[in-house]
Amino acid sequence: MSIIEIKDLTKVYDAKSLPVHAVNGVNLTIETGEFTAIVGPSGSGKTTLLNIVGGLDDPTSGDVIIDGIKINELSSRQKTDFRMRNIGFVFQAYNLIPVFTSRENVEFIMHLQGKPKDERESRTNELLEAVGLGDRMNSRPNKLSGGQQQRVAVARALASKPKFILADEPTANLDSKSTENLLEIMEKLNKEENITFIFSTHDQRVVNKAKRVITLQDGAIISDIRN
Amino acid sequence: MIPSFAWRNLWRNKLRSFIIIAAVTLGIFAGIFLTAFINGMVNSRIQSIISTEMSHIQIHQSGFLDNDQFSLLIENADSVVRLVCETPDVVAASKRIIINSMVASAETGTGVKIIGIDPENEIKVTELSSKIISGKYIDSTDHNPVVISERLAGKLKVSLKNKIIITVQDVNKNITGGAFRIVGIFRTDNSMFDEANIFVRGTDLSRLTGLKKHEGHEVAILLKKNETDDVTKTLSGLFPNLEVKSWKQLSPEAGYLVSAMNQYMFIFIIVILIALCFGIINTMLMVIMERIHELGMLMAIGMNRARVFAMIMLETVFLSLTGGITGLILGYTAIKYFAKAGINLYFWKEAFSELGYSSYIYPVIDSKTMIITAILVMIAGIFSALYPAYKALKLNPSEAIRTQ
Repeated sequence: MSIIEIKDLTKVYDAKSLPVHAVNGVNLTIETGEFTAIVGPSGSGKTTLLNIVGGLDDPTSGDVIIDGIKINELSSRQKTDFRMRNIGFVFQAYNLIPVFTSRENVEFIMHLQGKPKDERESRTNELLEAVGLGDRMNSRPNKLSGGQQQRVAVARALASKPKFILADEPTANLDSKSTENLLEIMEKLNKEENITFIFSTHDQRVVNKAKRVITLQDGAIISDIRN
Repeated sequence: MIPSFAWRNLWRNKLRSFIIIAAVTLGIFAGIFLTAFINGMVNSRIQSIISTEMSHIQIHQSGFLDNDQFSLLIENADSVVRLVCETPDVVAASKRIIINSMVASAETGTGVKIIGIDPENEIKVTELSSKIISGKYIDSTDHNPVVISERLAGKLKVSLKNKIIITVQDVNKNITGGAFRIVGIFRTDNSMFDEANIFVRGTDLSRLTGLKKHEGHEVAILLKKNETDDVTKTLSGLFPNLEVKSWKQLSPEAGYLVSAMNQYMFIFIIVILIALCFGIINTMLMVIMERIHELGMLMAIGMNRARVFAMIMLETVFLSLTGGITGLILGYTAIKYFAKAGINLYFWKEAFSELGYSSYIYPVIDSKTMIITAILVMIAGIFSALYPAYKALKLNPSEAIRTQ
């Protein structure tokens, strides 16, 4: 069942002076349970595509339909609410809140959603255990390694029970071992929990794990290979 | 969680937050301490006016205050004193004879106000007896005693036990005089008052001028509290043919002093807060600039703009309140200490005395001023937060995330 439908998506920057087609007529469908890598050289439009799919940016034309809702037609406030409830984000730079512990970083989304305390606590424990950080719940990010921080970020992304997770270069700042650990966790979550992951990446290790690899060049899809 | 988040964010850069909090603390401390100091000065002046110069209320014959005419007498002044003492809230009352005339020593002479007092009642109404620095207060035993100020003694080049000549006009408008021996020398905080007034026994002055025993020019009244309106109204009704005035009416500039100083000090505090606002706004704008990436991330994961706005507002208000409350606590502590110990501005004693102020200041502040200051600090914090929070609202999440 398709969770994301992208129809004739275009994003043009500086339309009046020197137009740059960051995304150029992309058509794409993502199914539930996919483990998809979007690859391409720098400037190919990967991050722009992910930002539009995540409701962080608006297309110049075309539609992004998530679970039957055209998110490009939502207001800013509606998009924020939609992201909170439906989309998980894992960023390249981990982006944990430095003044919160691992537990608090994971709980934060559920606070925003208004979930009761019991539910927040039990889900946080479950997620941090799932990413192998059950013993680092009360540590702040500055006490965690890069790999551990990224795992907390994954747990945070999963906290809201999102429809899919967008991961923009999640392994870019990690060493080999941390990358391996992170990918194992994500793969496990994908297989056991059927969580959809969409990566933007330059990392061959991610591509090797991916079930589907979409290649972008100059804002357009030039190949779409399922493994 | 947002308040907790905001509070913790304050301490991410401890030095920067500490500097701003210290600035707010110092500003508020200075504001309320100065307010208390000025209050202390004003209270001291008012107290001096009441306890030494005017008392709470004075009664005169109509027109006496405008003309100072010897003939404008309260004919039954003793009865007036008796009736006044029966009025609720009155502590004591005293009859006075008041004559503007001349006093001379062997060396020189000068114009003074000669105040003939009833020593036994006067001591209950004013603190003159406590201002005697050498000699004694007027009693019933001496012949023609006079009490003058240290300043006037210096001017006349006289000292204790010397005689001075008082020249007056009697009831028949004849010039007459008498020799009076200095039994006591006083010193108040008001050098103008000291130079202008001398005190003799009322009966001596009556005998010299030919006044009848029960006549007088003034009845000075001391009350239990400084609020005079009710008693003034009561006495005005009791003596409809006489002029009954409170110290505020007798010395309007002193009355205005209290309300004017309160207003000036609030303006001063507001000016301090406005200045501090700029510092807080600058700091919070730096905070926003440093955290653009993080704010973009927060909006990306689902923190809506209202919550981002609330978080920035709370951080700013916490910053202001932390400094403000610390300043209030430190200020209150200092005020409480100096309210007992006093602040001795001895190096400005002469200058203060020329203006009628004591150089020993006991600061005082009321809870209403503290509460209003705390509210103003919160308002300043909210006001300071508006622009930085607005800047945070205008961020585009996708662009903000890309910012390093």
